[in-house]
Order: sequence, then C-alpha cells, then structure tokens
Amino acid sequence: MPLANHTTSVPVVVDDEKCIAHKGCRVCVDVCPLDVLAIDEQKGTAYMKYDECWYCMPCEVDCPTGAVKVNIPYLLR
Amino acid sequence: MTTTETKTEVIETDVLVIGGGTGGPMAAIKAKEKNPALRVVLMEKANVKRSGAICMGMDGLNNAVIPGYATPEQYVKEITVANDGIVHQKAVMAYAEGSYPMIRALDALGVKFEKDGSGEYNVRKVHHMGTYVLPMPEGHHVKKILYRQLRRLRVDVTNRYMATRLLTARDGRVAGAIGVNTRSGEFLVVRAKAVILACGAAGRLGLPASGYLFGTYENAANCGDGYAMAFHAGAELANLECFQINPLIKDYNGPACAYVTGPFGGYTANNRGQRFIECDYWSGQMMLEFWRELQSGTGPVFLKLDHLAEETISEIETILHSNERPSRGRFHERRGTNYRHRMIEMHISEIGLCSGHSASGVWVNERAETTVAGLYAAGDMASVPHNYMLGAFVNGGIAGETAAGYCAETALPDYDAAAVAAEQERVLAPTRRDDGLTPYEMEFKARRLVNDYIQPPKITAKYHIAQERLAEVRDDLKELVARDPHELMRALELQSILDCADLAAAASLYRTESRWGLYHLRVDYPETDNDNWFCHTMHFKDSQGRIAHRKQPIDPYIVPVAADEMSAYHHLRIKTPVAAE
Repeated sequence: MPLANHTTSVPVVVDDEKCIAHKGCRVCVDVCPLDVLAIDEQKGTAYMKYDECWYCMPCEVDCPTGAVKVNIPYLLR
Repeated sequence: MTTTETKTEVIETDVLVIGGGTGGPMAAIKAKEKNPALRVVLMEKANVKRSGAICMGMDGLNNAVIPGYATPEQYVKEITVANDGIVHQKAVMAYAEGSYPMIRALDALGVKFEKDGSGEYNVRKVHHMGTYVLPMPEGHHVKKILYRQLRRLRVDVTNRYMATRLLTARDGRVAGAIGVNTRSGEFLVVRAKAVILACGAAGRLGLPASGYLFGTYENAANCGDGYAMAFHAGAELANLECFQINPLIKDYNGPACAYVTGPFGGYTANNRGQRFIECDYWSGQMMLEFWRELQSGTGPVFLKLDHLAEETISEIETILHSNERPSRGRFHERRGTNYRHRMIEMHISEIGLCSGHSASGVWVNERAETTVAGLYAAGDMASVPHNYMLGAFVNGGIAGETAAGYCAETALPDYDAAAVAAEQERVLAPTRRDDGLTPYEMEFKARRLVNDYIQPPKITAKYHIAQERLAEVRDDLKELVARDPHELMRALELQSILDCADLAAAASLYRTESRWGLYHLRVDYPETDNDNWFCHTMHFKDSQGRIAHRKQPIDPYIVPVAADEMSAYHHLRIKTPVAAE
C-alpha cells in the first residue's frame, strides 16, 4: 500500500534563537527516552521530528540555554 | 531504509545487563562491586542518563521496610494479603530484608529521603496494615547519581541499542543477546556468560483514553521487550493475567493520590466529595471499587485536596510538579484546574503487565533467577509482586550479585550463528519493503483491540474474538514497513506489544476464576476458586512455538497468614460513606 504523509502538531518546541546545536550541542537529542528529537543540519537547531512524546521533560530541564519547551500533546490537553 | 549490507559487531563480556532504567544500573553496580574484575556491559535502548520509568526521578519510596516502622515479616504478610495469597514469599522476603540496606546505600550515594528534625527517616502510612511510605521531595536527581556510580565502577554502557532477542547455547542456557542500533540500524552481538533483563513493564499494551499512543502511564519506551525476549528464550512468565491498572488523573498519566497526597490528608472521593474506599494503596481490590464507583451514580472519581490548607497544597504541588511527572503542573494550568479550588477528575489507566505495581512478570525466585540458566530478571518485568522503584533497586542488586557468582563458575557459552542470521532477517524484514503498513497504524490497531476485548471486565467470548483479531494483525506483519532506523525501532516494539497482548489474553483465559479484584475479573467465572487456582500460573513457549501453560504450587509460606487476616483487602469499600471533612 502506498504511504501518506500524516501531519500533527508537536508538543516540544525549540527556540531557534537560544538553541546552540550549531555549536555541537546535542543534549536534548541525547536525553530523550523516546528518541524523537533531531538536529536540522541546515538551520543548526534541534527540533521534534516524531510526535511520540511522553512529555517527561529531560529535554527541557537538561537544555543548557533554556531553548526547549515541552507542551502537553493536544489530544490530552 | 535500504540496507544492502548488514553491519555486525561481536563483543564478549561476563555480564550483560539489558535495560538502563532503575534495576539495570543497580544490577550492573552490584555485579561490579561483587567482583570488580568482571566485564559488565549495560545495553540501553535510550540513554542511561535519562531512561526508564524514573527518567525524571521519583517522589518517594512506596514500600520502604525501615526498622522502627515495619519489619520484613510484616511487609511479607501485607503483600501476601494484598496479592490474594499468590506470592513466592521467599522472594518478597529477600526484597524486604534488602530494603533498608538499599535505602542506606542510596542515601550514602547522595539520594535524598525525607527526614525529621533528628535525622530519622520520615515514614508515612498509606497501606492497609503497615507503614512503608518514605517521601523523596528532592527525588528528581536519582538518575544522575546512578549514572555517576556506573562511570565510577567502569561499567561499559551502550546507548541507543535495542536488544531484540536473547542468544541461547545448545544446552538451553543463555549465551548473550543481539541488539540493533536505533539510529544506524547496525547490529551488536554481545556474547555473555550471564544476562540480566531489566526492561521495565509492558506499558504500551492498552491504549490511553486520549488515543495518544505515547501517553501511557509507564514510560512509553517500556513496551514489553523484556517479556517478549524472555518468552522467546524459553523462560517461564508468571501470573500475567494479574494486569496492571492504575488510578490516574483523567487524561494525564501521572499518579496523584495514595503515596503523595494521602499522607497530607488528600484522598480519593466520589462526585459528592465522599470517601468510598478505606485505603488508597494500589491493589486489585482497590481498583475494583474505583471502577465500580466510576460507573455508579456517584461517579466519576476525584482527587480531593480542596479541603487542605494553602501551605499543605503548596507542598504537595512542589513534590508533584518537580518529580517523576513534572509536566503535571502544565497540564493543570492549561485545563484551568487547581487543587485549591475544586476536586480533580481521576480515571483508570490503560492495562499493562507489570510486577512493580501488580504481579505479572517473568518468573524469578529469591535469587532473581529465571527458569533459564544464566538468565536473571529484575524490576517491573520480574515476578516479585508490588515491588516498585525500591524493589527494582533491591532485586536488581540481587540479580547483579547472583549473576556475578554464576560467572565465576561458567565458561563463555557458544552461540548459534544461524540463530543470529535468522534474527537479523526478522529484524530487517520491514526495511526490505518500499510500502505497506506503518508501525503506527498497526500498533494503534493492536492496542485498540486490547482495549476493546482484553481490558477487564474479562469475558471469555470477547477474549476469543481478541485472539482472532490479533492473529489477523500478526498476519499483517508481512506487510510491515520501516523507512528508517527509528521506524524500525517502532516496528520491533510493535512486535513486542503483539507478543504481550497474546500472552495477556492466553494467560487470562487459562485462569478460570476471578482474583485480584479488577486485575483479573472474569465475569463468567466470578468467584475466587482456591481449590483449583491457589497457585501461580506459568506461561511459556512450547516446542511448536505456541503459548503453553502450567500451574505451579505456591511454596509453603515462611510468614504464616491467618485466614481472617487474608481477607483484609476484601473489605476496602466504606460501609456507609462519611461526609467530607
């Protein structure tokens, strides 16, 4: 069966101004238990690639610049 | 994801620990402490720094056995009664005796527990009979402390490798495991003398009411990989029909009542603000009363705190909003719900398999040994009932020490290279397709079927439908597609979920009685039948690869329980509801 592209809103938001992924920081990507964050190599910032969030918050708490914000996923808000 | 060539690295170790959450790191630490010369590898699907059920720490110990407050004998009796008599008491006793030494050891490592002015542990009463709850208002740093200790002891950590199957030697004993990297798709074969499974609960089994796949009570990474691996390696799994079902905030997957707010005066109430259960401790009997109240005229159920003083509520908020599930405050903020103003709606969680809270797990004895030589299990996935975080630490430690002893008298077993090749084919099959069914839709369907047919109340005819429909989903695995290593991880997790769903259904059908309150409410076998079912049920893979069952007698109790004490948890409903104070 051919696949469709399914879009959703993502709960984790990264402030591009504060994110220092372009300096090599990978903290949020490293600590996520579900491995749902990634680096946008073009922009040099982290982003939520997969909407598979447990809203547990290590990404936000461990971020050295306070760039990451975890929201509650829309379905259970 | 196109894979032309499969990269495989083979390494050797003495002890392989699979799962870096709670019990796994402690198993590695205790194995190293017992014999610093041992090579210990810790394989983790995520990153040990922040993995597992306690990735954001824990707000307290639910089952601390501390001299002056409780004795190991009292605790063994409490859990025997809470679990309707179906316990291997020696394993519960091993935990109870190890509880206080482990608290001291964690304290020495820097874990902070609540103490009173004179430096004594501030233990609170929540259980029906004894006093076992020790708050950890600053418990958010537990993982950091464990990680520091792993580094200090030179445990080799392999992050982002998902173990997919155990390797066994020709004589059936364990020989290691095979893992796949969740970012590169590369394989790692770890040959080991001993393997300790500490992969957490099967928490992604039922579907949360919100429909959000990852909004489970358990860390969604804990999807039953350990149960599936143990089953396929020939280990026996015990009492899987004793499901985990938890009382939670409606739509938010955090607990809130018994352990944290109970000692402060909060309680579970019906829509009139009245108590309806005498004891908020999580047992199957308590969950049955909770479930009845939900659908009664006085339902739904609420967490009641609005009668408490401002300073008390602030203290509760500080604990609940900074430990274990700290996004809870954000949830309430957005909903406009505030503990001060009105009661907070509660609901029951999706079902799971978990010994940490109930009693469904891979069978282990008091030495953490499974029924496979060289294979150990600990934590939520091992069969020691109601063992919670402290149980994961204690039993993880026992597993580490037992495994270290076993290594001293064992040579590295041979493994079957053909089995590795076959497993690599199974793992990679979804990557060989360009289109088909995605892991997400297959997982949603499997878990929706679990909700429709397998979650209690359990009805035999519905279970037969579940088995038919799940077999159809299993048949669809030949169309499963994964386009990158991340999707491959989800595709493999789906297969663990399917295995656990099949095991949950088969185990529930096998035990033709009702027991453990809501956890095993067989409505067409409504009575508890001690003549035929006062036993463990053991579930395992037979020579044809099917799920088989047997009864295992319960070892004679080492702590006797009088008949009138045995029913203490059967009278949890308050006779005449009292008005809220």
